[in-house]
Formats: sequence, C-alpha cells, structure tokens
Amino acid sequence: MENILTYMTFIPLAGMVAVLAMPRDAHELIKKVALAFTIPPLLMAIWLYMNFDRTTDGVQFMIRHPWIASYNIQYLMGVDGLSVTMILLTALLCPICILASWGIDKGVKGYFALFLLLNTGMTGVFSSLDFFLFYIFWEVMLLPMYFLIGIWGGPRREYAAIKFFLYTLFGSVLMLIAMLGLYFYNEPHTFDMLVLMENAGTYSRQFQWWAWLALFIGFAIKIPAFPFHTWLPDAHVEAPTAISVILAGVLLKMGTYGILRVNFPMLPLATQEFAFWALAALGTLNIVYGALCAMAQADMKKLVAYSSISHMGYVMLGMATLTPQGINGAVLQMFNHGTVTAMLFLLVGVIYDRAHHRQIDGFGGLASVMPVYTGLMTIAFFAALGLPGLSAFISEVLVLLGAWRYSMPLTIVAASAVILTAGYMLWMLQRVWLGPVNEKYAKMEDVSVREMVTLVPLAIIVIVLGVYPHAVLDLINPTLLALNATVANATEAVAALP
Amino acid sequence: MDLASIESLAYSWPELILVATLIFVLVIETLPIKRTLVGEIALLGTAGACLAAAMQSGGPQGWLFSRMVAIDSFATFFKIVLGLSAFGAIWMSLGSKELRGQHPGEYYMILVATTLGMFYMASSTNMLMAYLSLEFVSQASYILSGFLKDNRRSGEAALKYVIYGGVASGAMVYGMSLLFGLTGSLDYALLGERLIAGDTNGPVIFVALLLVLAGFGYKIAMVPFHMWAPDVYEGAPLPVTAFLAVGSKAAGVAMLIRFFYPGISTFGGDGTWTAIAGVDWPSLMVTVAMVTMTLGNFAALRQTNVKRLLAYSSIAHAGYTLMGFVALTDDGLRAMLFYVVVYYLMNLGAFAVLLMVLNNSGREDIDSFRGLAWRGGALPAAAMAIFLFSLAGLPPFAGFIGKFYLFAAVVDREMWTLAVVAGLNSVVALYYYARIVRTMYLDLPVDGDPVMVADTHNSLLIGLLVLGTLVFGVYWAPVIDFADRSLFFVGR
Repeated sequence: MENILTYMTFIPLAGMVAVLAMPRDAHELIKKVALAFTIPPLLMAIWLYMNFDRTTDGVQFMIRHPWIASYNIQYLMGVDGLSVTMILLTALLCPICILASWGIDKGVKGYFALFLLLNTGMTGVFSSLDFFLFYIFWEVMLLPMYFLIGIWGGPRREYAAIKFFLYTLFGSVLMLIAMLGLYFYNEPHTFDMLVLMENAGTYSRQFQWWAWLALFIGFAIKIPAFPFHTWLPDAHVEAPTAISVILAGVLLKMGTYGILRVNFPMLPLATQEFAFWALAALGTLNIVYGALCAMAQADMKKLVAYSSISHMGYVMLGMATLTPQGINGAVLQMFNHGTVTAMLFLLVGVIYDRAHHRQIDGFGGLASVMPVYTGLMTIAFFAALGLPGLSAFISEVLVLLGAWRYSMPLTIVAASAVILTAGYMLWMLQRVWLGPVNEKYAKMEDVSVREMVTLVPLAIIVIVLGVYPHAVLDLINPTLLALNATVANATEAVAALP
Repeated sequence: MDLASIESLAYSWPELILVATLIFVLVIETLPIKRTLVGEIALLGTAGACLAAAMQSGGPQGWLFSRMVAIDSFATFFKIVLGLSAFGAIWMSLGSKELRGQHPGEYYMILVATTLGMFYMASSTNMLMAYLSLEFVSQASYILSGFLKDNRRSGEAALKYVIYGGVASGAMVYGMSLLFGLTGSLDYALLGERLIAGDTNGPVIFVALLLVLAGFGYKIAMVPFHMWAPDVYEGAPLPVTAFLAVGSKAAGVAMLIRFFYPGISTFGGDGTWTAIAGVDWPSLMVTVAMVTMTLGNFAALRQTNVKRLLAYSSIAHAGYTLMGFVALTDDGLRAMLFYVVVYYLMNLGAFAVLLMVLNNSGREDIDSFRGLAWRGGALPAAAMAIFLFSLAGLPPFAGFIGKFYLFAAVVDREMWTLAVVAGLNSVVALYYYARIVRTMYLDLPVDGDPVMVADTHNSLLIGLLVLGTLVFGVYWAPVIDFADRSLFFVGR
C-alpha cells in the first residue's frame, strides 16, 4: 500500500481509457464501468482514514521518484492532515456524482470519460507535494470542466464554460510565475514543496509579498473570494447537477487548500501581514455579500451557489485568525461545506429532473407530496444554516471562536450573517416545501433508490460530524497546529540567499 | 576543422541528398512516365536528408566552404527540425485536394529547394551566405505561395510577400553593408570580435543591427515585420502555409540565434551571454517580444478564417519564442530550441486537421468546424482540440512544457513584466483557441454540413503529431536533453 496515492490518483484515469474503449451506444455499461473505477479509490480512502497516523504533523504515505532530473522535477506525493481530509472528500463525492449523473443520455461516453479525468486531476492536486506536479494536476482539471459545463450544461452553457476557463487560467498563470520565482529563489533550484517550506525563513520580505499576492489571486479565483467570484453563479447555474456538486464540493476547496498548502507555510511572513485584509476582511465580506445575494435569488441553484460564496467566507476568516480554533474550524468547514453543499445541489437536481425548472416561486407544498425527500432536504438546510447538532454548526462556531480573539468587529459581522443565512434558507423552505400544494406538481414522485444512495451517506456524515467532530478534527489538528506555529513564528529573513 | 570547398562536400550529405532529390524530381517531370510519383520521391529525399543530418550529430564540428557555413550540433538540430517540416509539408501536399493536378513536379522541386535554402540559413556563419540563403528561401516561398494560379487570393499573397520580402531583405543587406563597413569582415566570428572590441560607435552598430533584424524579423513574423503573414498564410495553398509557419520560422529562429549569440555576443562560462557594451538590443527585443505576442493574440481574436487565425497565432508564438531570446542565457536558448520542436508538433498538427476539413468541405472558416465532433469527425475534432489547447499552453500537452521553459528563462532573469505580459497573453490566446473547440464540440451541425470523412493518409500524420504532443507533455526529458546538447556553436 505504499503507492496508495498513485493508485488513488490514476485508477480513474485507467477508467477513462476503459470508458473510451467501449462502444458508443452501451450507455448502461459505460455508466457501470465509470462507477466501478471510482469505488476502489473510495475504499482506499477509507483505508487511508483508518491507517493515518494522527499523532504527527509529518507527511505520510510519501512517494518520491525523479521525473525530469535535469530540471529537478519530481513525482512527489504524500499526505498530511490537511490533504488527507480533502482526498477523503474527493473520493466520497466522485462515486456519488457518477450515480447522480445516471440520467445523462447525450454523449454518455464523453461525459464519463471526462468526469474520470476530472477525478484524477482533483485527487492529484491534493496529493502532490511537488509544485510542478501540483500545477499540472491543477490545470488538467480545467479541460474536463470546460467540456462538462460547455456540452452538458444549461442554456447559457457556452458563456459559463468559457468564463470559468478564462478566470481560472488567469489565476493559474500568476501562480506559474510565482512558482517559478520560488524555484529560482532556492539554491539548488527545486519544486519540492517540503524544501520550499523548510527554506521559508530565507525569502526576503519583498519577494514574499509579490509571490503571496500572485498566488493569492490564483487561489482566490478558485474559492471564489469577492471580487473574483463572478464566474461561480454562472458556472453553477449552467452546469449539470453532478458537476455543480464537484464544483462546490471539491473545486472551491482547492482555493483555500492552496492558500494553506502554499501561501501559509512557504510565505509565512507575508501571510502574517496580509492575513487581516486579504483573508479576514475579504472573508467576512464574502460571508455577508454571498448571503445578501442568495437572499435575492429566484433560482434555487443560484441561491445555493451564492450560499457557497458565503460559506467559503468562514473558511477564509477562520484561517486568517491563526488560532488553533480558527484554523481547525476553517478546514473542518471545508469538509463540511463539501458534504452539505453537495447535498443541496443534489436535492435541487432531484426537483429539476422532475419539474425541469428551479424557480423558487414555481412550487409549493412539496412536503406533503415528497415526504422522504423533504426529510433529507431538511437535514441539509438546517446544516447549511448552522443548526446545532449538525456538522456545519461546529465548524462555524470554531471559526467564530477563533475570530473573536482576533478581531471583534469582524466576528460580530460574521456572526450576524448567520441570521441572513437562516433567512434565505428558511424563506426558500417555506416557499417551496410548505404552503398549499401546487397542483401542477401534486403527483411528483418521491426520491428513487438511486437518489437515496447519493443522499443518505452524506446525510449520515452531516449528522455524525455534528455530534462527533473529532472524527475529522483528530486528523487535521496536528498538521494545522504546526502550520499555525510556522506562520506565527515567521520573522524577516536575516540575509537573502547567496 | 576548417575545410575548403571540395573537402567540405564529404560533410554535406544532407544538402547533397536534397540537391539530388530536386534534380531527380525535375528530370522525372520531363519524362513521359507516371508523374504522381514525384511527391513520394520528394518525401523520401527529405526523409533521407533528415536522417543524414541526424547521423551528423555527435560527429565532427567545424567550418565548411572556407568558413561560409558551420557544421555543429546547433545546425544539426535545426536541419532535423527543418527536414521534418518539409517532410510534413510534402506529406500534407500529397493529401491535399487543392494542389491536385497543379504541376506536381515544379511544386515539389521548389519545396525541396526551399528546404535546402533553410538548411543553409541554419548553418551560415557569414553575412554573405546568410543573405543568400535567406533570399533563396524567400524567392522560393514567393513561388510556392502563389502556386494556385487560378486563385486570386493565392496570387495576391505571392505579390504581397514579394513586396514585403523585398523591403525587408533590402533593409537587411543595407545593415550588413554597414557592419561590413565598420569591421571589414563578413565572417560572424571576426565581425563579432571587432564589434565587441569596442572601438566602433555604439549607435551606428545599433542602427545596423536594427536593419539586420528587419530581415530576420520578417522571416519569423515578428512585429513590426509581420504584416505579410496573415495575407500570405490565408492565400497560400494550405501545405505551403504550414511549411512557412513551421519551417520558415524555425530557420529564421536559427539564423537569429546564430547571428546575435555566437556572432556578436560574448559567452560567459556560467551559461550567460553579454551583449556588446553600449548596444542594448536585448531591451529593445523585450519590448518587441511583448508587442509581438500582444498584437498577434488580439488580432487573432476577431478572425473568422482559421488559416488567418493561425497566422496571427503564429505571430503571437514568435513573440513567445523571443522570450528565450532576450534572456541572454543558455537556458533561454535551450527553451527556444525546445519550443521550436513543440511548435512544430502542435502547429503542423492544427494545419493538418484544417487540411482535412478543407478537403472535406472546401472551406476553411470557423463555421466549417461546426459540430465536427458530432458528424463523424470525433477523432479529428479531438486531435484539433489537443493541438489547440497545446498551442494555448495548457498541461498535460507539450505546448505547456515549451511555455514553461520560456517562462522559466525569463523569471530566472527576473524580467517580471515580460513574464506577466506573456502570462496574460496566454489567457487571451485561450479565448480564440477555445472558440474553435467550442465550434467543434458545443455547437451542433446544421443541415448542409457535410459528414466528415477522415482519410487514412492525413490521419496517419495527425496521429503521429498527437502522439508527440501528448508524450512530450508528460515525458520530455529526451527532447530537452537533445536541445541541451545542440547548444554548441563552432567558434564559441
């Protein structure tokens, strides 16, 4: 099992090859094969979870091979508490999304092949520890995403797909330049993230500033942080359900993951200096702005998309505080948001499949028509608005606890936004599920078995983590405490490198 | 090694094979036998020249024909690339409908002759030889681009090419005469030595270099000497366009490097170069590079003819390539060499798919790609998408690795502005490349769009190029090592 990360990353790619080799019209078979290739990574992720050493902040399950020796590029993979959490989330959501895509009937072969490629890219990003490798995986995700939104999306899919593509590429090229800057700053030149972190103390303040900003813009676009967020509502509304789930559940996390993986440990001094404005203040703005926008939406999916912007704000606020509570809360929130938002998008997808529209005003009284569905939906909604006993409550409270010691005004603003969240969530609940039954949809079928399989595991996780958050906190705590210490203890480099 | 004429022939196998091929083609053309064979003979000849050049790598290095041309690993590298370009162009010509029945004998003869000229462009170490070979290639290119005699656009292209080419080479020859006047030598080595010695007037050298640059810049379609490219690319027969875009540009790059680096710069032991004191051509070229890529990309945004779009894209790529040129390091030169190879794969590939579409529908505008993936062209569409994304510089394709090395060369010298401008340009470029991809995949075919039939002949070439673009995107160590070994100039 020492190559487990390689297997987890490349089994979906093998799946893509298998899918491409199938006859075009064997729809059912293609779907089953695609599903079959996402199950082993899930099982391996569970194995990884069981065997992960929770007492250390070091990198585990490391794989190191030279790749392009003349340029010191390595195939270097490994996980710590931060990345293992994200790998778990990815491995969990991918099979669920394949199931949620069962209704796809146009270009089936292409859809599932691209989806599996996307899966490889995502797992690869979270497991690479060589910056070059990280960048390759980061970019590899763009292509499938472009096609998945652009071909299988809604009416304005072309616009949404190219907007997503251009925004992300813009961020990536800045990241590329910063990455090369880091490479040449180190002697001998290297992309090895572990070495880049180790030498963090030798980077001059000016260099850290510029590199931090370039990387931050790249990552902020992915989060998406205000004012780089405008691609997200478009992409979400147009993307098919499963792709929205991946987008919100995994891709957004890459922004904050990148900041924690690169900006924090490699550029600690700049992190200290930028944390307040770029992360805390912008994060709080995200919380409030996202919530206000969500309130004004008439389309359910757009509402959930804006709620994502709002919830990712907590992650930014939490990590900016540099307190144990705050940063633990932030990463826990990344995981929780991944599961909760995935549920929300799946639930919206369920109605959309039946009614072919998502207008909040177009329904009414669905609770009496679809009782099981409404039960699941209630769990997701209450988790999203932070009800105690469900997962997101814990992470938001941790973030706010950390933030309280950091900046009281921001905490008050962020905490008050919870009321807005409750407002738009409950208001949508009331308009869609309560009230008189809309006769047009009086005969809607309740959730099918396949839909149950996608929703129930997530619901269980949401409930379990609400009661026992240590299932994830134990995993991430040592890594994050060490990360905190790195940033908190950073001082200006005494002398630049020779 | 410094050989006179007759002895030099023993080291001129690639060129001799090309000469033999073109004579052979010419003779066959006059015989009353089956004329379709001339293309295949030309194909074999260029392949042989390529092979002969490859066999020279690692062999003796030195000067031939009394220091007129060099035989060194740098020249060998470019001869291989140029030979492959000619091979690709001839292969495409054989599979092209528009060239069918258009005097194949003359056509292939001129194409092989152009290749011969390009070989000498890559290896000349004397201003006279440089001028002659460049002019030789230009003359032959004029004829090739005007080869479709009953096509007005083709004729227009040739005429524009002649006019621009005449002006550019006129400027170049004037610059060379100034340099000769200043130093009393046509030989790069002596010329450089005297210029570097520093007893001549900086501004005068600068003006002379500017004029020389006009000639080289025109060959690689660098702003402001790029104006001919869109019209010529659009009007010329498609295989010729591909040849100009890939081969002509590579030869220009070779000439540019050989003149400006071993010619007139000083090599420091640590892989860096120093320009002549007081003559700041590198700074000028930084600006030129930025303007070239920006202008190329922004002009490409609005094009509806794919050939023309690729012409502007090739101007932009000249700009990217110049990033390696201004770094004044061996790393920069190596990045350029690597980029030439990668550019060959992806650009020739894009032209090959375009050729297939043109053969199939008789059109070459963006709409001829509409819904290509959904009307039998799934594989050509996938290949085109790979080439275009590679041109845009996205991993995991070779184009990204090429750009990566260019960026690295620039960042290493801390030229941040250039790096950021090039980065932003990549984003702009993605927009128009993605436009073609969008048309192929996101738009559905309408009534009247012909069913795409992929012929084996062109598919074979496309398949090979796709393979290269993919493999070198993931494992490129052999290519970069080869480029590294090829960075040897005689007399450095």
